Amino acid sequence: MLALNVLKKTAVGLAAAAVLSGSAQAAGDTIKVGVLHSLSGTMAISETTLKDTVLMLVEEQNKKGGLLGKKLEAIVVDPASNWPLFAEKARELIEKEKVSAVFGAWTSVSRKSVLPVFEELNNLLFYPVQYEGEESSKNVFYTGAAPNTQAIPAVDYLMNDIGVKRWVLEGTDYVYPRTTNKILEAYLKAKGVSEKDILINYTPFGFSDWQSEVSRIKKFGSAGKKTAVVSTVNGDANVPFYKELGNQGVSAENIPVIAFSVGEEELSGIDTKPLVGHLAAWNYFMSVDSEENTAFIDAWHAYIKDKKRVTNDPMEATYIGFNMWVEAVKKAGTTDATAVQEAIIGIAVPNLSGGLSAMMPNHHITKPVLIGEIQADGQFEIVWETSGLVAGDAWSDYLPGSKDIIADWRAPLSCGNYNVKTGKCSGQNF
Amino acid sequence: MRHWPKILILLLSLLFTQTDVAIAGDDSLHQIQVLLISNNFVEKTQAVSLLALHSHPRTEEILKAFLEGELYYRKSDKLLLIAKKQGRQYSISDALTGDELGVVKKREIKKIRSNNALRKKIRIVLARKELNSVDPTVRYQAVNAMLGNPDVGITSQLQDRLKLERDQKVRNILELALAITRLEGGEKEDRLSAVAAVSGSLEPVIRSKLESIVVDDPIEEVRVAAKESLNKISAKLQFYSFLETLFFGLSLGSVLVLAAIGLAITFGVMGVINMAHGELIMLGAYTTYVIQKAMPEFIGVSILFAIPAAFIVSGLVGILIEQTVIRHLYGRALETLLATFGISLILQQAVRSIFSPLNRSVVTPDWMSGSLEINSVLSLTYNRLYIIFFCLLVFVILFLILKRTSLGLQVRAVTQNRAMARAMGVRSSWVDAMTFGLGSGIAGVAGVALSQLTNVGPNLGQAYIVDSFMVVVFGGVGNLAGTLISGFSLGIANQFLEPWVGAVLAKIFILIFIILFIQKRPRGLFPQKGRSAEG
Repeated sequence: MLALNVLKKTAVGLAAAAVLSGSAQAAGDTIKVGVLHSLSGTMAISETTLKDTVLMLVEEQNKKGGLLGKKLEAIVVDPASNWPLFAEKARELIEKEKVSAVFGAWTSVSRKSVLPVFEELNNLLFYPVQYEGEESSKNVFYTGAAPNTQAIPAVDYLMNDIGVKRWVLEGTDYVYPRTTNKILEAYLKAKGVSEKDILINYTPFGFSDWQSEVSRIKKFGSAGKKTAVVSTVNGDANVPFYKELGNQGVSAENIPVIAFSVGEEELSGIDTKPLVGHLAAWNYFMSVDSEENTAFIDAWHAYIKDKKRVTNDPMEATYIGFNMWVEAVKKAGTTDATAVQEAIIGIAVPNLSGGLSAMMPNHHITKPVLIGEIQADGQFEIVWETSGLVAGDAWSDYLPGSKDIIADWRAPLSCGNYNVKTGKCSGQNF
Repeated sequence: MRHWPKILILLLSLLFTQTDVAIAGDDSLHQIQVLLISNNFVEKTQAVSLLALHSHPRTEEILKAFLEGELYYRKSDKLLLIAKKQGRQYSISDALTGDELGVVKKREIKKIRSNNALRKKIRIVLARKELNSVDPTVRYQAVNAMLGNPDVGITSQLQDRLKLERDQKVRNILELALAITRLEGGEKEDRLSAVAAVSGSLEPVIRSKLESIVVDDPIEEVRVAAKESLNKISAKLQFYSFLETLFFGLSLGSVLVLAAIGLAITFGVMGVINMAHGELIMLGAYTTYVIQKAMPEFIGVSILFAIPAAFIVSGLVGILIEQTVIRHLYGRALETLLATFGISLILQQAVRSIFSPLNRSVVTPDWMSGSLEINSVLSLTYNRLYIIFFCLLVFVILFLILKRTSLGLQVRAVTQNRAMARAMGVRSSWVDAMTFGLGSGIAGVAGVALSQLTNVGPNLGQAYIVDSFMVVVFGGVGNLAGTLISGFSLGIANQFLEPWVGAVLAKIFILIFIILFIQKRPRGLFPQKGRSAEG
């Protein structure tokens, strides 16, 4: 009975608190930001970390005194790895909660699903994950990598530094790998790689029977030319893939695998021994040696209260996106979406690898590209990096359909899909 | 005493040369150390080259430690260390002298990082050092690692070794390695004899060398000989690749059979459409994980303990499901389907709450990793080899249970004619529970096997439920042998299709085939006949 009473009291207390905070919000002395990441379902594994990252950044900003003299308040919703629900939740955040900006989405399909909502209601979305490009919206800021800030430099590294002559493009069967591989294939051919030296292959989501695929890679790689696998294999299909590579004796020294979706988070909790020496290309690794990174890792461990948690590239992209938004709001002096859109272009904030990342007119950012080799402890040893920063390119220069298209959201062009040949701006022109 | 001065001079010179060498040695050692600690991989590569030539007695240990990622240096004085992890700390020893230096924290030392190119170089250096090892298998591997490597001095080193070598196997591979070096350059006769010597070898290096000869060699005769040799090789390759695909098929088939065989009992024999079957497999996989956590010192045998444990866990959960839900729904297929689907969701969520939604890592014991190398193009991975045998073993045991035990007799009696069996004094409800428990337990055992192949996570079961039903339906409901044959044939068909059309289409084709097949023969490959066939 006592327990029940306590329960009742807490419930009443909670309800009262909710009402109180509700009225406080109505008074308008906080700036609200939305967090639109899946907290349940298949994507929860990856996205929960980003939700925590945004909450940590909001807390830190509030400790620094908030923004424009107001406290920041994070509104968290759970779109549950359900793509149509992303659009509904985005609408709820913007219309009902009246957030000033939203940090969220992971998969390309979820981004495509919320895009019309953000354009219709003129709000801001900061998208922190590497993606296939071929998009530039007035309302979206892409702080993850575009193909030219991840895939293309990775291929350059393999070609020039390792001397790779034969290429296996292995991917999971959905939009990101398919588009990336299309770009890579065009790029490789432009570099003089012949058709028969490229093997493209797709497997379903969650694929686990890798034996024939790996055997095929092995055969393809035994033709005497140095061979590498460019992997856009997604999610947990990677574990059996690398296991099979190890079992069939494909070592990183013979046929290195470079992955675009395997980071520290994915490596934590799996046996990394068979993976040592395989590569990954990102814009950030936890092992980056810089003061900003050490501070960020310390802050993250303190916030999450677990020293074993790792940091990864999408977290850095979230960090950059959040700080860019903060700077843009300060510069504009308001959280109004249109004003922030204008203010944010050209804003540069520190990234975690010791440089400054700037927002370009096409709503993509400049980043360094790093190649790391997997170590036995699940971390990456950086073996190569671009000499400077690379600006993200929305429309790939290697695809026939998009090479004449540019995105520039500054006046007077203000277009995300401008064809320089025909001089026309199609779609996405609000 | 006329000789004294001479002797004295001799001694003195000896002394001097000795110290000279020692000083030079220290100097180059210091240089190596500086180069190793550098962050530049070019300098590290130089260090490895210098180490390879250095006469220091511990170069081999240092290089091995470097290869294994155990080479560190002390931050305070840049002393080269070999460090081994001990819990959260490292036990260190001086790399140059081998003296133990106690245990330190991670902060005090820094790892000397290596990369692929460097590791490859170290392997070659070590192979050259191991060429004179006492153990013939080490020598064999050393030569194998050097096949087709163009480094300076390797040829003469191999030739020297061949003169001394007694072991036939090592001699063969030495001759092969030397033939490869003769393939390039040399006189026409040299190349011809080399082509003849490598004929029939399956080493990939040889194939690519021959291919380039066929295209580039200036002399017609050599080109023709190489072409012939290549044809012979590709005929052999085709044969081995056929064997390999067959093995892959058997392996996939054994996984399908393992996943389906429990269902063949619950669905096939009892007629219960159990949508929670996949989750019973998942429970078996999680049991393996728990057992491994419980006995971290004995990973190697933990999997053997996991088999009975998984059988018991899944079997008990199965009996519980039968007693609480399915028992009340016999004869109502649709409701059973919905109820068990609900149970599958409950079980998934339960696992999510207990173990977190993240995948758990089940360690593959050493005796199950790696592969059995038949030759350089055909190797059978141990984990799959064991799983094929395990699958057959489970099948035989199950078959014996159903055919030779009193439980089996009663099961068959109940499925053939429930009323009659009850009239004969068979406790049909008890038999139902036991049969369901048996089927579920077998699903758990399948989970142990699957934990070695795929991710152990809450969604593990869902990936296999469709395949399991497919196998049982294709094989013929109520027929264990049918399940076995259908599982293996679907597995083999899938693997033969996959290289042609890719993994996605292969699966689609198999499904289409089964749909068409069921249209023609609704009762599957081996329909039940006679009295046990339902009206």
